[in-house]
Amino acid sequence: MATAASVSGNREKELWRCLGEVNDPELDEPITEMGFVERAVMTGDGSVEIDFRLPTYWCSPNFAFLMLDGVRKALDQLSWSPAYRVKLHDHMFAEEVNRGMAAGKTFGDIFAELAEDQDLGALRDTFRMKAFKRRQEAVLRGLRQHGLTDREILGMDLPAYDVARLEAGEAAKQKPRYRAALIERFPGRRADDPVFVTWEGQRIPTAALGAHLAELRGVRVNMEFNGALCRGLKQTRYKELDVVDGEPTLVDFIMDRVPARAAPTV
Amino acid sequence: MFRTPEGKDIFVVDGHTHFWDGSPENQKNIHGKQFIDCFYAYHTGMSPKDQLWEKSKFEKYSADDLYRDLFIDGPDDMAIVQSTYLKDFYKNGFNTIERNAEVAKRYPERFIVNGAFDPRDGEKALEYIHFLKETYDIKGVKMYTAEWNGASKGWKLTDPDAYKCFELCDKLGIRNIHVHKGPTILPLSKDAFDVHDVDHAATDFQGLNWIIEHCGLPRLDDFCWIATQETNVYGGLAVALPFIHARPRYFGEVIAELLFWIGPEKILFGSDYAIWTPRWLVEKFWAYQIPDDIAAERGVQLTDEIKEKILGLNAARLYNIDIAAKKTALASSPFSIAAE
Repeated sequence: MATAASVSGNREKELWRCLGEVNDPELDEPITEMGFVERAVMTGDGSVEIDFRLPTYWCSPNFAFLMLDGVRKALDQLSWSPAYRVKLHDHMFAEEVNRGMAAGKTFGDIFAELAEDQDLGALRDTFRMKAFKRRQEAVLRGLRQHGLTDREILGMDLPAYDVARLEAGEAAKQKPRYRAALIERFPGRRADDPVFVTWEGQRIPTAALGAHLAELRGVRVNMEFNGALCRGLKQTRYKELDVVDGEPTLVDFIMDRVPARAAPTV
Repeated sequence: MFRTPEGKDIFVVDGHTHFWDGSPENQKNIHGKQFIDCFYAYHTGMSPKDQLWEKSKFEKYSADDLYRDLFIDGPDDMAIVQSTYLKDFYKNGFNTIERNAEVAKRYPERFIVNGAFDPRDGEKALEYIHFLKETYDIKGVKMYTAEWNGASKGWKLTDPDAYKCFELCDKLGIRNIHVHKGPTILPLSKDAFDVHDVDHAATDFQGLNWIIEHCGLPRLDDFCWIATQETNVYGGLAVALPFIHARPRYFGEVIAELLFWIGPEKILFGSDYAIWTPRWLVEKFWAYQIPDDIAAERGVQLTDEIKEKILGLNAARLYNIDIAAKKTALASSPFSIAAE
């Protein structure tokens, strides 16, 4: 029989797994890996508290909302259906967002005056497209690196894709994520349709793969710029939070005079 | 002047520098604190460890610090010092043209002082542009579309009021429009880094040069597309260049894209001082080579000749700097800071 401790441990794992499925829409990277979830705890009665902090006070409120909305949906999936509280910290619109989130409002409700359109549908689509392309590029390059010919790669259907092997690294990490994006994008696709198609659903001729990859690279270069910047800024912001009287100061941290503390494990 | 390890002298124009006061005494509200904190996070997040400043110096440095870091310890021959007012965040503004003009007067020949205006001020903005031209004879301006102004949380280059201002700039010969393309807040439902307003403005104002700071990153693809179509659109390397230290391969991908799309004539060096200092940036840039696989895929190389263009020749062209005459003039400028 499961003990109370193991139930709580399992729930905590489930909580972090669910949160790990929420992506920063702009970066297509899990919010947990970006370190945006500063605290996720279960209280004695099983309810959940999440503290959320972005790299800067200036991060776009629409991205903040999309992520918090993702968190809200993830928490709704938890097996024990807990009550929860999600709080955004140190953001220029923190108050508006927190109040709106608590009341279950939509983005349009919260930002009626500032948002010209009433929903974020088009923006979500743009981000879905970028994620699709970034994931696809990583897998394509990985397969090339693994020694497959362009012809073999472009001829792959889903069963072949599923058994294809890749070296550990970015491509391996993106392989299941590309699969998910593909199926979300083309729910009606047949199992023997080619796996690598454009966002519009066109086949990619072998001769065009180089140009296609160059285009995908452009998409990734943008996303990585934000990702690298956000990571750097987030790291600095965390360090600044650690400044307490008698404790090491920010300069101690940046001069590496303080031993690194392990990031929270997921 | 930057002397290469081979002994060649390279004329350096730092296309993007600041002389700001972000100190707590000058902060008007939480936004002012958060703004300089964000800059400081860029500084600490992307500088080599031995180049880090303490927070208090970063918040407010002296004119002598600026001069030393750029021209004595640093390799710059000239610097374009940009004005960013942010009067909603700072009591006396963040770096106003008055503050910039003062330092330029103290150290003649070194600085090109750019102005700034806010088109949302309407008629007043037009009057102010006249004032800037008459008082400071500005050759360029810095546009910060993310600046707040009362209830407004940002603006676009294509706003009708902005167009009136650009018409006036064109008429008065203020040819260089530096645009910071960062996250504007409005409209909230769009991708906040949209650069498409640059496309329209550049098409409609062919007589102006549009220098897009940070190369529109993170919208490099859109920026490249626009800059390829529009002959009068340039890219400033500020913020992109520091990646050369933390993520050199990534920098290679960025510079390869820029060279492939917009070419070596339209890329401008900028340190974004005091977020970063120019010495390490220029040294690393001179020593840098694009990784072979990226260079091969794009068919580009970062040769010494191209580096020289990016470091100074391109900006000199935009600002009509006669390099030979300037070198003579600079020969007599101080190479140490006199004791106060």
